[in-house]
Amino acid sequence: MTDGDGGLRSDAGGGSRPASRNPDAAAAGIRDGAGAPPQPAGTTAVEVRGVDKIFETTSGHVQALDAIDLTVAAGEFVSLIGPSGCGKSTLMRLIADLDAPSAGTVSVFGKTAKQARLDQEYGIAFQSAGLLPWRTVAANVALPLELHGVASAARSGRVAELLDMVGLSDFADRYPDQLSGGMQQRVAIARSLAEQPRLLLMDEPFGALDEMTREKMQAELVRIAAETGAAVVFVTHSIPEAVFLSDRVVVMSPRPGRIREIVPMRLGVDTRRAARTEELREERGFFEMVTAVREALHGETPVTAGPRGVETR
Amino acid sequence: MSTVAATGRGRMSLRTESTLRVVAPITVGLIVLGIWQFLVSVVGVSDYLLPSPASIVEEFIAYWPSIVQATLITGTNALVGLVFGSILGIALAALAARWKVIDRMSAPVVAALAVVPIVALAPVLNSMFGADSQFGRQAIAGIASFVPVFLNTLRGFRQTTPVHRDLMKAYAANSSQVLRTLTLPTARPFILTGIRIASSLAVISALVAEYFGGPRGGLGALISTSAASSAYARAWAYVVASIVLGLIFYLATLGLERLVQRGRPAGVAR
Repeated sequence: MTDGDGGLRSDAGGGSRPASRNPDAAAAGIRDGAGAPPQPAGTTAVEVRGVDKIFETTSGHVQALDAIDLTVAAGEFVSLIGPSGCGKSTLMRLIADLDAPSAGTVSVFGKTAKQARLDQEYGIAFQSAGLLPWRTVAANVALPLELHGVASAARSGRVAELLDMVGLSDFADRYPDQLSGGMQQRVAIARSLAEQPRLLLMDEPFGALDEMTREKMQAELVRIAAETGAAVVFVTHSIPEAVFLSDRVVVMSPRPGRIREIVPMRLGVDTRRAARTEELREERGFFEMVTAVREALHGETPVTAGPRGVETR
Repeated sequence: MSTVAATGRGRMSLRTESTLRVVAPITVGLIVLGIWQFLVSVVGVSDYLLPSPASIVEEFIAYWPSIVQATLITGTNALVGLVFGSILGIALAALAARWKVIDRMSAPVVAALAVVPIVALAPVLNSMFGADSQFGRQAIAGIASFVPVFLNTLRGFRQTTPVHRDLMKAYAANSSQVLRTLTLPTARPFILTGIRIASSLAVISALVAEYFGGPRGGLGALISTSAASSAYARAWAYVVASIVLGLIFYLATLGLERLVQRGRPAGVAR
């Protein structure tokens, strides 16, 4: 059972770092207390209002995003799904302030995206792990802490903790190219969690992994997200992945990228993320949700009627 | 487990490879020497045409102090050239990587330097800096070293990947942090490769420059004097010394490369 597992984990965490008990406890409170969507009162992690993104290329303008409105609550797991070129990665990059929107506003925890980036409000993981090959696993995880002036002793303690969390304690002194793709990706996730961000941005982090590793990593991500209570914006093009992980799935259409539909996930008896175990993948409700997302993706909107989504363009 | 095994094997083959790199040429060299000695002493090729290895060794021992002296002079010239050429190469490459204008301005100059033959520059520089100055030779070694260091370093500075740059931006790292944690480490193997290539060029250039006048006493000068006075075995002894000098430079820079990359598995960039 995941509940037992979670309890064990937070006990272990509490023993080694008393300071981190609070977020853990808060996260547990959210999950246990509220039955429905895991949102602490009144906090918004990400707010995207009327965002357009136009790329200037030599052959003219390319409208990547068109009139995007999206709100992600604190502690909520939201997936962005859509075909290639629908701008889902672009949307995530706007939230991360790696690109700037052409119109509209992006705010993260009530700040501008830029201020949130400067204040290190989010952790980020990309499709390629993006580890520095000349640094050991431990030094890679320590990188953000090092850049932000965390003292060496506190750093090594935190790194040990993070590596324990992703199950790579024995590999601390290895170099990235000595690890498998799945292990590298776990290091990248540990790195994104290094500063206990309240928001995690993930751009197809499991895209390059084989199906079995992928499912294992998804389960781990669910566990980690539940443990830390972070909100997650997760870009993917896998429907089962989005359904398994998310509280809500944002379905996007391509060129120009628009939000076609936001599908809430009602998985299992309760929607607590901690309950998303491997068994879930074989439940009826899971397949129903997969079908719902697929239909939204292919434009046969059965839930919300209307003229939208009949034709892709 | 499989990772452990793979790593073990990787290290092992690396070690075997480096041992092979030393042993193989020595073996080939010994075989060649054997055939050489055989041709001279058994087949009877004239000592005048081809001095036997034994007579070269004799000369080598007889002229040992002079050989050491000459090797030191040429070696110093090559080293000074290598050090200054490398520093200049790295510095200019850093500027060219930072500002496109400098890159555009330096590109034709570097291309011109790359194709200038040492034989063309040596007489000019020798007469420019006077017959008793080693500076001309050092300058030639420096120019020869500069080119590969500059080109490799510039390439190295451009190897940072978009995902790493995004990461640094996401971490709100300032430009000196980016240089220290990303750009320099990315470029490091390229810089070291440039220096290793330059080390051989520096020795060759310093030596060849001596053929075109300037102060006596270096290996190149002694090779040409010995050959001119028909002391072929002695000329060969100096040639052997220059080979040794070149090898020392190559091995030293190779060692430097290994030292700096210590602990790093090979194969990321070469």
